[in-house]
Amino acid sequence: MMTAVAWICGVLLSAAAALAIVRVARGPSILERVLALDVLLMIVVAALCVDMAVNRHTDSLVFVAAACVIGFIGTVTVSRYVTDRRNS
Amino acid sequence: MTGSLDAVLQAVAGVCLVVGCLMSLAAGIGMLRFPDLLSRMHAATKPQVLGLFLLLSAVAIELRSWALVPVLLLAWLLQLLTAPVSAHMVGRAGYRTKHLKRQTLLVDELDQVVARAVQDGPGRDGLAQEGPGQDGMGQGPAGQDVAGRTGGCSAGTGPAGPAAG
Amino acid sequence: MIRPGSRPATGTGEQGPRLTFRIELPLLVWMALVWGALWQDFSAGNLVFGFLLALVVVNVFRLPPVELSGRFNVWRAVVFAVGFLGKVVLASFQVFALAVVRGPRVRSAVVGVRLRTGDDLMVTAVGHVLTLIPGSFVVEVDRGNSTLYLHVLDVNTHAQVERVRRHVLDLEARLVRVMGTREEMARVDAERAGLAFPPPQDNGSTPRGGDTARKEAP
Repeated sequence: MMTAVAWICGVLLSAAAALAIVRVARGPSILERVLALDVLLMIVVAALCVDMAVNRHTDSLVFVAAACVIGFIGTVTVSRYVTDRRNS
Repeated sequence: MTGSLDAVLQAVAGVCLVVGCLMSLAAGIGMLRFPDLLSRMHAATKPQVLGLFLLLSAVAIELRSWALVPVLLLAWLLQLLTAPVSAHMVGRAGYRTKHLKRQTLLVDELDQVVARAVQDGPGRDGLAQEGPGQDGMGQGPAGQDVAGRTGGCSAGTGPAGPAAG
Repeated sequence: MIRPGSRPATGTGEQGPRLTFRIELPLLVWMALVWGALWQDFSAGNLVFGFLLALVVVNVFRLPPVELSGRFNVWRAVVFAVGFLGKVVLASFQVFALAVVRGPRVRSAVVGVRLRTGDDLMVTAVGHVLTLIPGSFVVEVDRGNSTLYLHVLDVNTHAQVERVRRHVLDLEARLVRVMGTREEMARVDAERAGLAFPPPQDNGSTPRGGDTARKEAP
């Protein structure tokens, strides 16, 4: 049963990643791109979680915890940069 | 008995995984279909939090391990704390750099506040913190002015407001 | 950032180390627990080491201390957490449905809501919760007036705008009951009893016109 679940999840996540990448390509502004990349990072995290659950290991657990923080720092940095640069 | 419990747990984990992935898909669809940056922000923030929660609980169930729960909870709490902040930062930058479509907004009560702030030039630290040495709209509006304006904005929430609710 | 109604701001190290330590204790405990969770090892030795590490981190990277109100209602916190989880689920499915059904035609609003409390921690907590529950997220914070400007998804009428306002204030009241100061509790209680409550740190000259929301009506 788990293989079926893994396949369904794979299809769903691939579709989601494709949509996010379309937004990265089309996004009119850098803010939309960074937002879409944040979503993409979370999709990668989701894939890692699925992998951990299906294959029953905990190798990427720390990355899952770290990814939230990394995505946060990246997003905040870019948005600060956008706010600041507009004024100069 | 343990066999049937095992099957149930496995089914629950499977459902959690699929729904969690569905939430990622929801974020993707929202990113593509919503009309402007601010509404896309909703799509980027909310489904992710639920999605990660479901996926992490699926991991815990599938590995049948209580020792794993604290670190999974930590990962989720980290996301719970950081997601609103990054959404706020992006939203704020987007609003200030005019990345919004006016026609999708029914009401915009921040508009006048920001407009007045620009008129009055640099002021005190009125809005959320802002680095020194900027001018123009990046600066928070002058404190007193916002006091006057927001008093009007939140008229419905004044002393008489919440009593109705 | 001294504002009326709150305790005097605790400077970094001015009040003596003892008081600072007491205020920072929850943070230190939290950091020790994080350390334990990351190592997946909650033995006493590991926790003590984490605590010492937290002490070093807090003293090397100084930040303004977060002052808790000193009261915390566990039962209400549990009720709030369960309600919050339910709302997170609802929010996700709502966004999903909106994205699929309405898509580009969705309309929204930016609404300013003035909160009762001026406490930074409380404003932050309300903002966080608001971002995760259905429909709203915080665009801008006016710290001086503790006003949140929310972007609300799927707003089509002005009645809905008012409903959002009431909803936000209701949420704040519930959070105050979980972890607000006694002062804020008293205000919320008085309000529930139907009494007028004193507006938070009013500057005296605040006009309460009630025209702003209507002005932009099409």
